[in-house]
Amino acid sequence: MAFEGLAERLQGTIQRIKGKGKVSEADVKEMMREVRFALIEADVNLKVVKEFVKKVSERAVGQAVMDSLTPGQQVVKIVKDELTNLMGGEQSKIEFSTKQPTVIMMVGLQGAGKTTTSGKLAGMLRKKHNRKPLLVAADVYRPAAVQQLETIGKQLSLPVFSKGTDLSPVEISRQAIEYAKAEHMDTVIIDTAGRLHVDENLMQELKDIRALKEPDEIFLVVDAMTGQDAVNVAQNFNEAIGITGVVLTKLDGDTRGGAALSIRSVTDKPIKFVGMGEKMDALEAFYPERMASRILGMGDMLSLIEKAQTNVDEAKAKELEEKFRTSSFTFDDFLDQMNQVKQMGPLDEILKMLPGANKIKGIENAKVDEGQMGRVEAIIQSMTTQEKTTPEIISSNRRKRIAKGSGTTIQDVNRLLKQFEDMKKMMKQMSGMANSKKGKKKMSMPGLDSLFK
Amino acid sequence: MSFFKKLKDKFSGNQEAEQSTEKYKEGLTKTRTGFTSKINDLVARYRKVDEDFFEELEEVLLQADVGFETVMELMDQLRFEVQRKNVKDTSNVQSVISEKLVEIYEAGDAEVNELKFNDELTVILFVGVNGVGKTTSIAKLAHRLKNEGKTVLLAAGDTFRAGAIEQLDIWGKRVGVDVIKQSEGSDPAAVMYDAVRAAKSRKVDVLICDTAGRLQNKVNLMNELEKVHRVISREIPGAPHEVLLALDATTGQNALIQAQTFKEVTNVTGIVLTKLDGTAKGGIVLAIRNKLKIPVKFVGLGEQMDDLQPFDAQKYVYGLFAEGLDKEEELENAEADK
Repeated sequence: MAFEGLAERLQGTIQRIKGKGKVSEADVKEMMREVRFALIEADVNLKVVKEFVKKVSERAVGQAVMDSLTPGQQVVKIVKDELTNLMGGEQSKIEFSTKQPTVIMMVGLQGAGKTTTSGKLAGMLRKKHNRKPLLVAADVYRPAAVQQLETIGKQLSLPVFSKGTDLSPVEISRQAIEYAKAEHMDTVIIDTAGRLHVDENLMQELKDIRALKEPDEIFLVVDAMTGQDAVNVAQNFNEAIGITGVVLTKLDGDTRGGAALSIRSVTDKPIKFVGMGEKMDALEAFYPERMASRILGMGDMLSLIEKAQTNVDEAKAKELEEKFRTSSFTFDDFLDQMNQVKQMGPLDEILKMLPGANKIKGIENAKVDEGQMGRVEAIIQSMTTQEKTTPEIISSNRRKRIAKGSGTTIQDVNRLLKQFEDMKKMMKQMSGMANSKKGKKKMSMPGLDSLFK
Repeated sequence: MSFFKKLKDKFSGNQEAEQSTEKYKEGLTKTRTGFTSKINDLVARYRKVDEDFFEELEEVLLQADVGFETVMELMDQLRFEVQRKNVKDTSNVQSVISEKLVEIYEAGDAEVNELKFNDELTVILFVGVNGVGKTTSIAKLAHRLKNEGKTVLLAAGDTFRAGAIEQLDIWGKRVGVDVIKQSEGSDPAAVMYDAVRAAKSRKVDVLICDTAGRLQNKVNLMNELEKVHRVISREIPGAPHEVLLALDATTGQNALIQAQTFKEVTNVTGIVLTKLDGTAKGGIVLAIRNKLKIPVKFVGLGEQMDDLQPFDAQKYVYGLFAEGLDKEEELENAEADK
């Protein structure tokens, strides 16, 4: 997960200072050395690192820390505040034009993920903002870039304006804006070709597209793995065409993502979204505060809660609760529940969002075996309707059949049945506890965790 | 000089960035003497080898993404060498620097950055994260090999990304080589199986296999890649003969993890450093070479078909910090003029 390394490093030093009663100047100095090291290893630009270290040192060595009752906490707060500041203070939203259509331009280097992000953005605008987006295939240079956007449009059932590769990107964009107006589509997303920030001809082309109708947003799409050069790229694009925001892609990788800090502090433009996966809905808002918390190992509970909220169907949850209570929980419900959890994203990602999770040794290697979940699914699906509702009837012959049908072994089937029984017992106890209002006992679900191992 | 000035200067140095690429291009054919003499010119202005000198060098390397650890290691070695040889003036230190850096690249086999070719069919597998330029590099390599008189076949193994198969297909037509493909969403291992069979029956010299970009922390996707690798080895023992990791020159420290993980899964034999025509230096390959011993075999220097060039360590090392040093020299001159 992003910034993991940075969090680890900072935690080491912060932990040391936490244990002390006072923070000496030497402590701060030592900590700042670690911070500098960590930030450079996290690909934060050298200039930005120096600024950051200077700012934090000034504040930390000052009396605020010395006089504070818990100096360790104070330092943590300062580092966190500065990191948050550096990454943009508060969250930013999309600007929509009052004059239709709203024009959004996607620009960036080759391979940053402009086309994919264009698709994700269009999907998000429709889902969350109720817009009618039109995707415009203005990358006429890279072979099959037009087809790529067309395919994405098909996947999302969204219109794509494409004119092949014979017209100039400027002309295509002009026609697209006209088309959107005529068809009452309120948002035009122009997917431009990837280009080097030092390529003057191609930068001129962007300026020409920009001149058609002043875009409401010009998003610079940047690969989160970008190193020191991120500042050059961001600065050049910003100076040439004036970006309004940044989309950081591939943040679902294990890069520390220092580019986020660099770009923000060099261009002063907000990071608005982050790409978190290859699926079309894997575009999320960027929250500097949360990211800073994550850097400092305070977990990312807010993101997790939000994920759960958007993905868990409330009606279903209520229904499930009822089933818990009456212990009429069946294998069908179990499958349902598993799918809901799966929708929240890869389980190992969710695991890492829990506070303190990155302190657990070996968490970065803890991979939830999604294959195992698949096997569980297969076993359940190989059951008859009757078996699913009344698992008691599953005899050894039925077990054999289920194992064969799901491509698993009888042992696998036995284990699942046993775990399911345990779970049901546990649920009975839990609902019993809740009813008698003596819910002080620690609740846990034995067997649930071992299911996925 | 102030750091900010230097940075600002760097931003405005587009033209020089282009020139340095040109230098690199020309430089590929030049000899070591040319390289050393250039370094000579550049470091001549330092009257003595002091901490300031080392600090500047350190920052130049850090800004090229070489990475903290490798830079520190390198600096320690340089300090040690300078002390041991009692180098006081910079006219001697240049050889120490260049030797050290080139040493990292040229450690081991002399011919290491040449592709290994099999007597019969040679299979080259391309791997890497998303958006690094695998497909484009494959097209350029195919073009190169075809010009060398080899018969080439391509395998469209990226069945995941929208438009990826079409992309390779269009390149195949431009280069004039056939592409073995299936429909989007099909099993990449099955495409490889088909491609290997086709390559054998058509008796081509080289089969180049494209794969979908994948982030190295996605376990399932890495398992899929391992399967692709396994299918190829099963069909032809010893294949793939080359596994090339495409690496974006703008990538920072994550490239080291990329190289490590891909090496574990597919036994990477070389790196193709793409997009070196921008301002990025791809200094991380220095760390990769230092730690993982994976050689850089090709560099992508532009969008044209023949812009994929064999890697030249000396020219690359020069390019790594020549620009930074050039700039400072100018600035100091400018300051002196005032």
